[in-house]
Amino acid sequence: MKTDSYLEKVLAAGHLAVTSECGPPRGATAASVQDKAKYLDGVVDAVNITDNQTAMVRMSSFAGSVLVRQQGMHPLLQMVTRDRNRLAMQADILGAYALGINTMLCLSGDHTKFGDHPMAMNVHDIDSIQLIQMVKTMRDEGKFQGGAEIKGAPKMFIGAAANPFADPFELRVMRLAKKIAAGADFIQTQCIFNIEKFERWMEGVRKMGLHKKCYILAGVTPMKSVGAARYMKNRVPGMDVPTELVERMGSVEKEKQPEEGIAICVETIERLKQVEGVAGFHIMAIDWEEKVEEIVKKAGLYPRPQVQ
Amino acid sequence: MITAERKPLEEIIDYVKPFKRILLLGCNECVTVCAAGGRKEVGLLASGLQMAMLKAGSSIEIREHTLERQCDPEYVEELVPMIDGADAILSMACGCGVQQLAMRFKDKPVFPAVNTKFMGGSQRQGVWDERCQGCGDCLLGITGGICPIARCAKQLMNGPCGGSCDGKCEIGEDVECAWHLIWERLKALGLQDRYLEIMPAKDWRPAGGAGPRKIIREDLAE
Repeated sequence: MKTDSYLEKVLAAGHLAVTSECGPPRGATAASVQDKAKYLDGVVDAVNITDNQTAMVRMSSFAGSVLVRQQGMHPLLQMVTRDRNRLAMQADILGAYALGINTMLCLSGDHTKFGDHPMAMNVHDIDSIQLIQMVKTMRDEGKFQGGAEIKGAPKMFIGAAANPFADPFELRVMRLAKKIAAGADFIQTQCIFNIEKFERWMEGVRKMGLHKKCYILAGVTPMKSVGAARYMKNRVPGMDVPTELVERMGSVEKEKQPEEGIAICVETIERLKQVEGVAGFHIMAIDWEEKVEEIVKKAGLYPRPQVQ
Repeated sequence: MITAERKPLEEIIDYVKPFKRILLLGCNECVTVCAAGGRKEVGLLASGLQMAMLKAGSSIEIREHTLERQCDPEYVEELVPMIDGADAILSMACGCGVQQLAMRFKDKPVFPAVNTKFMGGSQRQGVWDERCQGCGDCLLGITGGICPIARCAKQLMNGPCGGSCDGKCEIGEDVECAWHLIWERLKALGLQDRYLEIMPAKDWRPAGGAGPRKIIREDLAE
């Protein structure tokens, strides 16, 4: 065991892990984090707290993670390289670890162009792969990125993202290999709607033996409506929603669409369980946290294992 | 080269309207090539300003001149005989030229007439795009001749990110994904294995992180 991360314990014990996410509010109200997190209590093994997602200012991932930790749950601190340089990131990692956060996800982040501060400078002092390297060096060598010794090294369980649906496809397995070589312990993938393409990606992953070097959590998202399906298909960079799914969402009446979206999500999980190398699921129910329990239960992932 | 674009006329008028006699200076180098501040653009701006001032019921005296290089003190010296006849200088050179003038003529107001944009290359007639950010430690030898610092919207040293789609960047279809281009180049050169090497965190000191940069060539400096 590299860390005290609860997620690591669940995965190391051989269970299919389940994570979900909680986007902090665009305001200073602790209750909005706590209320969302309550829906996930006992339902998932760790809760991702997003970091200024879609480049919109929100309560910090660090603060959100602390609030979730105080509720007795296991936060997964997301960190993007877009907003902070290596000094600020290392400072936050030390602080987060000191406050009981031992699991994190290293990302580059959406471009500021998509958010509410398009006039801001993107920092990108380091990229997501270099962030993984930095967190690993802090943990395993007890050193800052600049080389100095850390007094009390943070032992983070290190996550990274992978998008099997972005281009060029032939690079996507190699990029995962780079993230693992940099030190990623687990991966959360982009939302999977195109299962056939994901399976092709996983074939490449297994061919390189990467599924044995890190835990791969397959990302899924329940669609609320045919409108949401269309939006994800056409407007979100790096998302691959097959036309058949959009049509299926559109084939049922409006009130039934949320139910259909959940059914698709559950079916997706069932199919992904059959894919060798999938170590668990990351359920991204954006502003729909109350439905995660239903999905977890219907997908046969409940009750969650208790590990020590 | 350094690219530039002329500022809006209204902004330039705001700068010069308190003055009667303007020395309008072009530069024969980069801004001439990118058609922003050469002899021709000096002439166009002078007539534009004259007309606008006339319309507004005032007048302005503009002396036009184009230097070989505004960023070079040797050429800036040419201006000494003209400088007393001007209340202010309006420069159509890049920011380097504007500052050369401000340092040489300490009591004379100097205004920029162009926005200096980036170091770029010409893609085709009338189109320039950014190619270099002057990071001071050139990586092109290992990235197949395509720069991820200047051309990736996130400056990823280990891209492409998850937003690369059909060779285009997530920020817009008119922006090519630098890492897609790098990958295509590595393939064409038979260097695919190089992609797997992780590029370590960059030292930004040569890029300006250590403060304003300077080159001193002992063999040339007097």
